[in-house]
Amino acid sequence: MLAPDRLGPVPADAQPAAAVLEAAGVSKTYGDGTAALAGVTLAVRSGETLALVGESGSGKTTLLRLFNRMVEPTAGEARVEGRPVASLDPIALRRRIGYVPQDGGLIPHWRVARNVELVPRLLGWERERRQRRGYEMLEMVGLDPQIHAARYPAELSGGQRQRVAFARALAADPPVVLLDEPFGALDALTRVELHRQFLELKRRLGKTTVLVTHDLGEAFRLADRIGVMRAGTLLQLGRPEELVQRPANEYVHALLALREGAPLAASGTAGDHASTS
Amino acid sequence: MPRQARVPSLLLALTLAAIALGAAARDARGAGVERVGRPGRVVIGSKNFEESRLLGEMFAQLLEGRTRLQVDRRLGLAGTQVCFAALQSGAIDVYPEYTGTGLVSILGERPAGGARGALERVRAAFLARWNLWWIAPLGFENAYQLAVPRDLARRERLATLSDLARIAPRLRAAFGHEFLQRDDGLPGLGRTYGMRFGSVQSMQETLKYQAARAGNVDVLDVYTTDGRLLLYGLAVLRDDRGFFPPYEAAPLVRGAALRQHPELASVLGLLGGAFDEEAMRKLNLRLQEGKESEAVVARDALSALGLVAGGPAGGEPGGEAGRGGAAARRGRRAPGLADYMWGERQALLRRTLTHLGLCAAALLLGALIAVPLGLYLERHRRGAEPIIGFLGLMQTVPSLALLAFMIPFLGVGTLPALAALWLYSLFPIVRNAYTGVRDADPRAVEAATALGMTPGQVLREVRLPLAAPVLMAGIRTAAVITVGTATLAAFIGAGGLGEPIVTGLQLANTSMILSGAIPAAALALLVDLGLGLVERALRPAGVRLAAGA
Repeated sequence: MLAPDRLGPVPADAQPAAAVLEAAGVSKTYGDGTAALAGVTLAVRSGETLALVGESGSGKTTLLRLFNRMVEPTAGEARVEGRPVASLDPIALRRRIGYVPQDGGLIPHWRVARNVELVPRLLGWERERRQRRGYEMLEMVGLDPQIHAARYPAELSGGQRQRVAFARALAADPPVVLLDEPFGALDALTRVELHRQFLELKRRLGKTTVLVTHDLGEAFRLADRIGVMRAGTLLQLGRPEELVQRPANEYVHALLALREGAPLAASGTAGDHASTS
Repeated sequence: MPRQARVPSLLLALTLAAIALGAAARDARGAGVERVGRPGRVVIGSKNFEESRLLGEMFAQLLEGRTRLQVDRRLGLAGTQVCFAALQSGAIDVYPEYTGTGLVSILGERPAGGARGALERVRAAFLARWNLWWIAPLGFENAYQLAVPRDLARRERLATLSDLARIAPRLRAAFGHEFLQRDDGLPGLGRTYGMRFGSVQSMQETLKYQAARAGNVDVLDVYTTDGRLLLYGLAVLRDDRGFFPPYEAAPLVRGAALRQHPELASVLGLLGGAFDEEAMRKLNLRLQEGKESEAVVARDALSALGLVAGGPAGGEPGGEAGRGGAAARRGRRAPGLADYMWGERQALLRRTLTHLGLCAAALLLGALIAVPLGLYLERHRRGAEPIIGFLGLMQTVPSLALLAFMIPFLGVGTLPALAALWLYSLFPIVRNAYTGVRDADPRAVEAATALGMTPGQVLREVRLPLAAPVLMAGIRTAAVITVGTATLAAFIGAGGLGEPIVTGLQLANTSMILSGAIPAAALALLVDLGLGLVERALRPAGVRLAAGA
């Protein structure tokens, strides 16, 4: 019991130099007094996939959105590649960070190709390069460009839409990808298929990724490390097996017990505020 | 309910602002007239009933025949307040008014001293306060009076208003809107005679008479020179307590116009004492039942007095030839609707074009202001609810009131109508531009932002295209409202398809009413249909798919 204890948590905090994303004591309190985040510190290392799990209202989505400045912290600092995001132009920052929301967030009156080429176009890529990249990305996520590039999002299945959203997020080859429950709205079979594809992309591309999810099973399958959040605080951060072996408290323990069963029930104990978590 | 609590203070502020602006506009206008003047041109107004129009037309023809002045007609303005405001502001120079109206409605005084006393009082007061001149009275009184069907008068032995008061609780009364409100109308009458009717209905002039003939109404307010008194078998009761003030008719002229054209007074003075009640009743009857235009009747009356040359056969007098002229020329028989509309086709086309032009201009100006305003409010949402709420409030102002409200600022004619229609068009466009952009696929907007589109790019490339159908729906609503409301613009002399409706209502000429109403309704349907197609076409392709269309 002692040996793994010592090996476990040490590397996580001992390598700040390799951290691509950092949150240092970040808090977020909304105008109406609800605290979404209360002093969270964590670091995401280059190339790793970090999952944030927790109930609705635990603050995981708020934490995610600090990194692309969709949310500004009321205290503390978020850093990307060592630089405080507050010092960066939010537009330029966001173009360097991939983003996939739960429902894909595809722009409904744009064809698939235009959706995928969005960020390259914003970055001023030439048309041909953009189109080539768009087709490559569609192929990479398992869609046939000949069939799907000219379709509208409404003509795709939910799973296809999420694949397009992934293709769009990765099109400009960003070093960082933020995923906000990207598999949450899919049926079980499609979800399993997309999980498989995610793992393949992860192996091939090695992006630094933050994945917000309700589903602890999903976190265990996809993530290198897992952060458990509750009521705006980070209860525990560690590799899946560390969580299993040494849950930090009763809550994490109870959470893990539910893992094999139905998706985590949001019992409504935490105050539910506006942002989807 | 803070929203409701805000409304009165908002209305108050609006009213105060309007009064201040109105005074400023009037001053500016007055000064302009003094300096620049309008050489050789006078504008004749009238209220929107037959006798007033006839007198206005007589003034116009007399001035055309006896002076070199160019005469513009603004006949059929909606009621005393509109006419008086138009005269004060210089939008018109002359209109026929009644001494009793001047005394009671305008000065707010009680009548005393009979007909002579009333004339002396209004003359002095109007000169002192507004430099408005009462020229020589025309010789007849058109006073308010109550009338009952002859059978009823016989059966119940009714001769005086005191007799009527006795059985009033058993009677059904129908009164004009103005009579119900005015102090020298029903409220004062009730007090003087202790009169309470079984039921009181507010009814349009012509309908009132028809209802009396059909036996649905027992008592109605009438004017003593109304030709229909004879036709409908009505007995006029005697005002035994002298309640109704004297209503001598006379030209009321703006002092500034008189200073420029002193001949106005001498020429209009030719009509002093020219008509008694009986003569006016006959002239009015020709208008009311004979389907003749006031241009023809006025010409006949003036030539009978030897004031203008030529007889009734001497061709159509200038000016108002278009309105009802064709029907009048063809004689007294009322033609069928199709015949009538065919005969009026040129006037109809002209009115339709005027109508459309008025609506299109108002709508275009509305969209030019309202779309950017809607987008601005979406970016500054704190101000959105109050401002959109205020515009919604404007929407609840009755059209006729709003049109009348415009006169102090903009006079009569096209300009105030345009302004009123423009105001009505703002609300639906602003509201839809605002909500359309605000509610445009929030998830797509969020993702577009998170991937690094600037707010401007998101607006242009994502939100506006998605909001386009909603925005267009707002423009469509505004267009239909505008086409409908524009028929009322005829009340302040803006022309359009409302013109035959307004005139037809006064002349009880159904063909004439329908010749305006049918094209107006068809126009509204067409505009709705056409803009509906545009709305559909503007729906972005991917969204049309999603909607399953």
